Amino acid sequence: MSLSEQEVTQIAYLARLSLSETELKDNTKDLNAILGLAEQLGAIETDGIEPMAHPLHMTQRLRADVVTEEDHSELFQSIAPKIGNKHYLVPTVIE
Amino acid sequence: MSIYTKTIAQLAQGLKDKEFSSVEITQHYLERIKKSDLNAFITLTDELAMKQAQTADDKIAAGTSNILTGIPYAHKDIFCTKGVKTSAGSKMLDNFISPYDATVSHQLNQADTVMLGKVNMDEFAMGSSNESSFYGAVKNPWDTNKIPGGSSGGSAAAVAGGLSCFATGTDTGGSIRQPASLCGITGLKPTYGRVSRYGMIAYASSLDQAGPMTKTAQDAAIVLNAMAGFDEKDSTSAEQDVPDYTANLNDSIKGLTIGLPKEFFSEGLDDDVASQVMNAIKEFEAMGAVVKEISLPNSAYAIPTYYIVAPCECSSNLSRLDGVRYGYRCENPKDLEDLYSRSRSEGFGSEVKRRIMIGAYALSAGYYDAYYLKAQKTRHLISEDFKKAFHDVDVIMGPVSPTTAFDLGSVKDPVSMYLADIYTLSANLAGLPAMSIPAGFSNKLPVGLQLIGNYWSESKLLNIAHQFQLQTDWHQQMPQED
Repeated sequence: MSLSEQEVTQIAYLARLSLSETELKDNTKDLNAILGLAEQLGAIETDGIEPMAHPLHMTQRLRADVVTEEDHSELFQSIAPKIGNKHYLVPTVIE
Repeated sequence: MSIYTKTIAQLAQGLKDKEFSSVEITQHYLERIKKSDLNAFITLTDELAMKQAQTADDKIAAGTSNILTGIPYAHKDIFCTKGVKTSAGSKMLDNFISPYDATVSHQLNQADTVMLGKVNMDEFAMGSSNESSFYGAVKNPWDTNKIPGGSSGGSAAAVAGGLSCFATGTDTGGSIRQPASLCGITGLKPTYGRVSRYGMIAYASSLDQAGPMTKTAQDAAIVLNAMAGFDEKDSTSAEQDVPDYTANLNDSIKGLTIGLPKEFFSEGLDDDVASQVMNAIKEFEAMGAVVKEISLPNSAYAIPTYYIVAPCECSSNLSRLDGVRYGYRCENPKDLEDLYSRSRSEGFGSEVKRRIMIGAYALSAGYYDAYYLKAQKTRHLISEDFKKAFHDVDVIMGPVSPTTAFDLGSVKDPVSMYLADIYTLSANLAGLPAMSIPAGFSNKLPVGLQLIGNYWSESKLLNIAHQFQLQTDWHQQMPQED
């Protein structure tokens, strides 16, 4: 199986990346080479094998449902590209 | 004996004996960094370092110091440091002044260490040569035409080049061990969950683990004592007691059973690297260890497994970098879609984009089972191989990297670069602790020996490495200076 340039454009869109023409050509070649490497996995018999999501098979720890975070919004927003009235500003979405 | 050649243990003794002060040591290192052309540092924090050194000297004078008080180190630029630029080697975070400290940064501050600066790395830790950094490649101190390894290339070059007494690193697929091997220093990747990941910029969360990069195993034990421990701010941090990692360094290793996986000595391994590694194994035999051939049959699949699992996790982790809350934002976005897409396209380098796209594809509807789920199952098989092996042996040994450091700019296609990670990836996939220690030279370039231990066996690994370093002097070699 091989990815076309059109499919790579779609993948780039899913990842919110835009590719120049050269980048599209290069990435189509590279992504196909990497997926070619991944095809090797097809050779392994994995029926009945549990997928391993965590190296230590630990379960997610829970904590008491109490507020522990202090309000750092001013500090955190001090490094934002654009803010106004304590909000992060982006281009208008709905007029 | 110059200050830059001294270990942590030696500097600590000198500070105690008033042979020199932390201010003097710090100045010595800062001068060496300013004269260096290795490109190891992204940010030099000289003013902060001098302040920390003065505070350390005050504590030493007051008798309230510990072994790390006043010892200078280089911090990988992946750890958040409050008020100091934390770039992860990316244009995306070139303007990011972290508003908080990573737990590791906090622990090293608490230990009264002196931070000389933040060191260079592959962009978001994705790379094996340090060439993917937005700040340019780091040079190997042994030969400045060669790569230092990656992703913790700045850390390894700083320690090997005498620009810092020790450094921090992170290892997702070999990023501590491979640069340690190629630069001839000692590097330890602890068991997954041993060191907190809080404030360590995430690449692949189920694989990422921080550890020390030092001149000796003894130093690695000293630094791990400060870095290890449970952290409630990291949901995958292990609630496991932290022993004193220096306590068992002097134990005898007589009767130790060493497993040599036949898959680690097959096609692709440079002959001279193989013979250096075998010489080191013979040294262990002379010390009373027993060698046994073992098999890790699924380790051949470590590369395809890793290069699906890690990109999937990275595509998810790096989605937070969208030009809205912090980091790079493109000029004059025409709408929200354009803001996301152009900020990310202009902010990320090519290797990062490649891995994000592989992950986005492998996780997309219709392909999840064939790629991500399949890779997670293979990961389980790779991990089971180790479980079986540790029934019969105490430690697994082999090469770290199939070759010594290669020429800067010589490996151009991504798949060839990935193949260099063949011997390091399995330990991350299984979550096991592993080390690289200096074990010889090939064509005047360092060769590392890899030690892989069972879960939570850091003390044992450090003990084995320390005993080897008592018998050999590879770890004491430093590059010639003009």
